[in-house]
Amino acid sequence: MTTSLSVRRHDQRQRASAPRHHHHALIQQLEPYLLISPTMLVIVGLMVVPIVIVIGYSLMDNVVTNPNPKFVGLANYTAILSEPGFWGAAVNTLFFTVGSVVVHMVIGMVFAMMLNSKSMARVPRAIFRAIYILPWIFTASVVAVLWRLLLDPSGVINYILISLGMVHEAVPWLATPSTALLAVTVINIWSGYPFFMISLLAGLQGVPSDLYEAARVDGAGFFRQFANVTLPALKPILYSMALLDLLWTTQQFTLIWATTGGGPLGMTEMLSTFTYKLAFNAYQFSMAATSAVLVLGASLIVAVFYVRNQRREA
Amino acid sequence: MDQFHQQNPNITVKLISAPFQSLQQQTISQAATGTLPDVVGLDGAWVNPLYKQGALLNLSDAMKSANYDPKDLASQVGYSGSTYMIPVVNFVYPLFTNDAILAKAGISKPPTTWSEFEADAKKISQSGSAKGWVVPLSTANPNGVQNDILSWAWASGGSMLKNGQPNLTGNPDVTGAVNLVNDLIQAKAVLPGADGLQETAKVENFINGRVGMMIDSLAHITTITKGNPNLKFSVSAQPVKDGYTGKPGILTASWGIGISAKSKHAADAWKLVQFLMSQSVNSKLSTLANGFPGNSTSTPDFTGSDPHFKQAFAIYQKSTPVNEFVGLPAADQLMTDFLNEFQKVAAGQESTSTMLANVQAAWKQQF
Repeated sequence: MTTSLSVRRHDQRQRASAPRHHHHALIQQLEPYLLISPTMLVIVGLMVVPIVIVIGYSLMDNVVTNPNPKFVGLANYTAILSEPGFWGAAVNTLFFTVGSVVVHMVIGMVFAMMLNSKSMARVPRAIFRAIYILPWIFTASVVAVLWRLLLDPSGVINYILISLGMVHEAVPWLATPSTALLAVTVINIWSGYPFFMISLLAGLQGVPSDLYEAARVDGAGFFRQFANVTLPALKPILYSMALLDLLWTTQQFTLIWATTGGGPLGMTEMLSTFTYKLAFNAYQFSMAATSAVLVLGASLIVAVFYVRNQRREA
Repeated sequence: MDQFHQQNPNITVKLISAPFQSLQQQTISQAATGTLPDVVGLDGAWVNPLYKQGALLNLSDAMKSANYDPKDLASQVGYSGSTYMIPVVNFVYPLFTNDAILAKAGISKPPTTWSEFEADAKKISQSGSAKGWVVPLSTANPNGVQNDILSWAWASGGSMLKNGQPNLTGNPDVTGAVNLVNDLIQAKAVLPGADGLQETAKVENFINGRVGMMIDSLAHITTITKGNPNLKFSVSAQPVKDGYTGKPGILTASWGIGISAKSKHAADAWKLVQFLMSQSVNSKLSTLANGFPGNSTSTPDFTGSDPHFKQAFAIYQKSTPVNEFVGLPAADQLMTDFLNEFQKVAAGQESTSTMLANVQAAWKQQF
């Protein structure tokens, strides 16, 4: 009797503790999801939903100005891909982006090595650091105004070139079809190199000095040291930075809009300005969404490389 | 607004302002999401897409409901016989001339005809460091098309439309305007870099004495006098085609007003519109803005104002206010199409007739 009673009590205890245990396990299982839910909500609200909406828009005949849009499938994609203006903008964007990234990398590397040089005293090094980083402090609008003044036919650059006899008359750099794309690329290079410089400088400071000493002992000169020590050490940083810069430069809008607006003769039309004009000049929001989705697709390819590189490094 | 609140204690008006650069985007986005303010400020170039969105209230109906007689309204913008925007203040675009630069070039008075203007612009460019004229043709803000190219045709009674449709090919007034501007560019009588200049560049270069003449908004008088208090300049009517004797046109840009179709306070919103369009309030508004009233019985208060303002009002009264882009579909795109082709003409890549044929074809797609 006693035994059966104790067994019953044990059973009851087990039955009472089972839901509590189950409840505890459930909370433990949910805990990570609860912790990431605020971030997920933000990502869904600010990224997933807008992207899905834009993709949806690109499949409609027209939206925003059309209260009853109709589904047209991939017709907008066919239309935009057969438009010469889109391909012109794509080629300009490619030149602008690749040119900017390559030169950013070269200038960033040169300046970073100068600032990392032991042969420069501390004070001038600090002064040069401050000067070299200046372009990065300005917003794109300020950079645009500054360079518009510099490149104006009556601006400083033309004055210097005429004084030196390098040109006979003032050149409207931003308004001449043959020079405009180069001019905006130079402006973008100027405003973006400090990001490379600072990141590479941080990387250079992390390269052990005994590697250089060992290289010197082996008889390596400056260029051999650069090729066999510096570059391999900075390779992961250079790769990540180049991919990030590719993404950012592809999306550059403010600088182009505030300097040339895509002109003259469409010579500086980028995919960003092309898309903007479709939306707010022509009110063709579906076509603008289509163009934006195509840019998104191209950016995603770069982003995949970036993420893979980050994983490999991790 | 204090006066309106006193007269209408049951209505509260909350003023919402936004930077001009983003106003168009904001207005179109708000219209798409149904969050337009009850009463909304409008540029004539945006009325069409907003009307197509169904975002604007039919003001003709609002007037009928309020027993309002629109006889005093100087103009109305509408579709299918109904009004959707009422211009509140009109900004005219006369010819500004720098007195000292003109005198240096041996020009005694501002030009009144196209040939005089062309000759004067060339004389100025040859006589010193200043250029004759400034024409901004950047596609970032394509309004150079209406302000600095087609305004020449409109000033001479010309039109770019026929029965509400584009009429550019074989149009002598439009062809003449395009040729006039292109001739001055080819003669290097305009400020270099026109393809990269925007409207603001006109005022900057006029203030700095780099150009002798510009067609610009009267609203910029304060900017000019503040920017260079010693500058002596004149305002006059835009020169007309040689031999033209009809009533001249004067380019006018309007700041208009409309009501959101989704407004829950449409009757109250109309009261505010009516208040702003009333004789005395509209006079005050136009004076404050250096513009001319949208109420035809109002007159700006010239007391203490810049004398150029009064001169321009006299020109305005003798002219027909005109801006054919107001209310057209995708007006900015029409101007961009025009500018893209005009830049080819200026670069010597295309003839005027080919340009106008191409623009006509592009415009027809929008209409």
